[in-house]
Amino acid sequence: MKIPILYNVRSMLQRPYSTALTALGIALVVAVFIGMLALANGFRVALVRTGSNANVIVLRKGADSELSSGVGRDVASMIAASPHVATGPDGRPLVSPEVYVLVPMGKVFDTTKMANVVVRGVSDQAWIVRSNVRVVDGQRPASGRAEICLGERLVARFPHTGIGQTMHFAGRDWTVTCHFTAAGSAFESEVWGENEQFMPVFRGDVFQSITFRLKDPAAFEDARRSLQDDKRMTVDAHRESEFYAQQSQLLGRILAILAWTITSIMAVGAVFGAVNTMYAAIAARQPEIAVLMTIGFKPGSVLTSFLAESGLIAAIGGIIGCLLALPINGLVTSTTNWASFSEIAFSFRVTPLLLLNGFLFAVVMGLIGGFFPAWRAARLRVVQALR
Amino acid sequence: MKYLPLVLANLGRHKRRTILTIASVALALFLFASLRTVVTTLDAGSRFGGARRLVALNATGLVFPLPLAYANRIKAMPGVHSVSWANWFGGRYGDGKRFFANFAVDPESYLAMYPEIVIPPDQKQAFLQDRTGALIGKRLLSEFGWKLGQNVTLQGTIFPGDWTFTVRAIYTPTDPAIGDDVLIFHHEYFDERIGRAGIAGWYIVEIDDPSHSPAIAKEIDDAFRNSSSPTKTGTEREFQASFATMWGNVSLLMGTIGLAVVFAILLVTANAMMMSARERTGEVAVLKTIGFSDRLLFGLVMLEAGVLALTGAFLGLGGAKLLYKATNFNAAGFLPGFSVTTATLVLGAAVAVGLMLASGLVPALRAARLPIVQALRHVE
Amino acid sequence: MALVEIRDVYKSFQRDTQKIDVFTDLSLDIASGSFTALMGPSGSGKSTLLNLIAGLDKPTRGSVRVGGADVSAMSAGQLAAWRARNIGFVFQSFNLLPVLTAYQNVELPLLLTNLSKKDRAERVRLALDVVGLSDRADHYPRQLSGGQEQRTAIARAIVADPTLMLLDEPTGQLDAKSSQEVLTLLQRLNNEFSKTIVIVTHDAHAADRAKSVLHLEKGDLIEKAAVA
Repeated sequence: MKIPILYNVRSMLQRPYSTALTALGIALVVAVFIGMLALANGFRVALVRTGSNANVIVLRKGADSELSSGVGRDVASMIAASPHVATGPDGRPLVSPEVYVLVPMGKVFDTTKMANVVVRGVSDQAWIVRSNVRVVDGQRPASGRAEICLGERLVARFPHTGIGQTMHFAGRDWTVTCHFTAAGSAFESEVWGENEQFMPVFRGDVFQSITFRLKDPAAFEDARRSLQDDKRMTVDAHRESEFYAQQSQLLGRILAILAWTITSIMAVGAVFGAVNTMYAAIAARQPEIAVLMTIGFKPGSVLTSFLAESGLIAAIGGIIGCLLALPINGLVTSTTNWASFSEIAFSFRVTPLLLLNGFLFAVVMGLIGGFFPAWRAARLRVVQALR
Repeated sequence: MKYLPLVLANLGRHKRRTILTIASVALALFLFASLRTVVTTLDAGSRFGGARRLVALNATGLVFPLPLAYANRIKAMPGVHSVSWANWFGGRYGDGKRFFANFAVDPESYLAMYPEIVIPPDQKQAFLQDRTGALIGKRLLSEFGWKLGQNVTLQGTIFPGDWTFTVRAIYTPTDPAIGDDVLIFHHEYFDERIGRAGIAGWYIVEIDDPSHSPAIAKEIDDAFRNSSSPTKTGTEREFQASFATMWGNVSLLMGTIGLAVVFAILLVTANAMMMSARERTGEVAVLKTIGFSDRLLFGLVMLEAGVLALTGAFLGLGGAKLLYKATNFNAAGFLPGFSVTTATLVLGAAVAVGLMLASGLVPALRAARLPIVQALRHVE
Repeated sequence: MALVEIRDVYKSFQRDTQKIDVFTDLSLDIASGSFTALMGPSGSGKSTLLNLIAGLDKPTRGSVRVGGADVSAMSAGQLAAWRARNIGFVFQSFNLLPVLTAYQNVELPLLLTNLSKKDRAERVRLALDVVGLSDRADHYPRQLSGGQEQRTAIARAIVADPTLMLLDEPTGQLDAKSSQEVLTLLQRLNNEFSKTIVIVTHDAHAADRAKSVLHLEKGDLIEKAAVA
């Protein structure tokens, strides 16, 4: 025979402050949990979205980021001639050689706050090879001109980024001609311009990376081997999606560790709070429990009943916590991805799965917190309680 | 404090509740101290910088090199005492999972400029005399199991290939902001192997008089403004500070979480206090009959909340300070000199006091305002 | 001058929407050194009268003077201090703090004074001695019998040497033997130590031990002749 849940609900309502305080404590833990994992999630997703499964990025052998790599024009031609490379609608190979440098820029609200912004040199092909890139405002830079196109996330956060305005770096003026989006990926934090414009100002006649579209995405291994075995060039080839995912590992791991550590410690505190509440609740209801057992409810039912009550309080806390955390979804923040030393802006990502996890986390906390008190209640000796 | 035994006896009434509440407070304040220390450590790092040292970078960006030829020109400028240079190498050891800074420097001039890097004289000589020698921070000994005289090989990332060095010297930093896990080697060796004509990542310029830094910085930048590698010179402190900002809005994040943590624990403590208060209305009435004034009872309840909060604070804050010291924690090199400052401890204590006031206020007021006769009726 | 002078007291309570008059025009004197029992049926106002004398409650009209002080006109803070010095109160259900030992319970009123720890200890020991519980000083209430708990409460009531002792049904929860112990103790306090004692009681045995008995019936006082 199960003790009706209504009994628990009524009892919770009779101690409104105690119930509310406990639920709120759990709510805060869940909110922090969701918030921090949303941060880690957002960062990871921004980077993962940057790379496509169908693309391969080629760097100099041994380089662990685009920054430390250097490949010559000859390599670009050799790759363009490779049978593994897909061709575009105009028949040209979909190969994008790119210059990649970091330029310090002061942020718009506080120009002493510097960020190392990625400035990427591209050719026409880049706009096709990188399939998630879309110009949303203005025109692409014209060839031969000191013009640049800015990722959407850059626009709000740095000064002089409007269409027609002029940015100044590397000792030259550059006119902003367009803004682009890239499905929330790292590209949206970059400045794009023509390779030929950037080469003389930065590192001379050398590219940092060459990215191409695979003719057959499943044939990555063959492509990789043929490039890495080719004696004319010393390169490493990575699937673009894996490369960027790898770049997110360092910071991603830090954020995840931080999230779990902080929420675990908080959770222990909240569970202690739940334990206190449940013990007090049970102590106050000893006569009721005795009566229930006299009527014929089994100790097992008493145990489940109080576990359910604790779980219910926690569940309410979990829902409140989810609601508290929800508003941060989409909030844009930025940091430096230490793996590539570059500034990246990304948004907090609260997913349904994360919310569910937060809710379950709350319920688990409630069950753990309620366990010993509930057991105590179940083992109550009737005579003692009725005195 | 003659009333303390009464307060302690009341807390001992429900030992489990008291212990759990104190533990919650301790955990919260431990977390608080840890989060704050992340902020203070980054801040301290950003304020590190010799008053007499300037750093000159390529104006286009940190990742672009400067010609070594600049060294002599800078040295000749008035007010400049000495010049050194360094190059970020970015090498990896083993599987590369443990990141550590490594760079090539002009050893004599560099070490002369950084008295904060303390090396036993015989080791220093050995390092200076061995072109392929390496100077390492003492943490690397325990981190990688390296020993003096051992050969270590790094994988170059920016400058590819295997680079082998012999560990010749071990340094201890006198300023915690300088990590104790850096590897330094000879610029000469670096120049040789990359084959390219001399490049420097950045210059360190030691000047005679700190008040001249803006003027000298300007002179250096003016000298190279129209060349292919213009410079941007500033004090070492500015240079360090710019790194700290690269993390993004860390203090906001840590602060927000810290607030949530403290608030959550406030709820736990307030709940415990309220439960205790509710169970004791009868006793409060008896005490008032004996002659305990309303004000005294208010104070006793606050004192009870205070004992909970301050004991928890002591355990949590003290625990944080001791733990990080004992484990020599530095977040795998990212937060050198990670140590709970006195200011953080004081702030933590203030938070505990606030906790005491906030959680004790309602029960204390209730006790003070309890109408004796009505309460006594519940007792009989 | 009597120790307690109650003049023209009118006291009413508001219970829900009903107004209940407990006393209308009550006047009463209690002499110093007397041992008075207040008896009467339930609802006659015995406890209320005790509360008025102790300053725990105020009359709606009229005055209550104890030892010359107008208790009905003092503020709550003044009353607390006054009670600490002048009144020893004993409840029906002992009201010892369960977390304190007998010694610590008895010490409570002395915490309100400026006495040193040593002086406090002396008086506590004396009080426990008088009630015959010196060997139980370190016991907690749960380790004491009902009678012993009540005697501890009495020790607490006399430790500050108050002028007046007020007891509300002190033997109400005790068995016959313990009741006898307590009443004998009260008599001794009255005879040997000249304590003025007022007890509210249902118990005829208790009334027998008193020197005078007052009857309250629906707020009116009916005095019975002093029992020899």
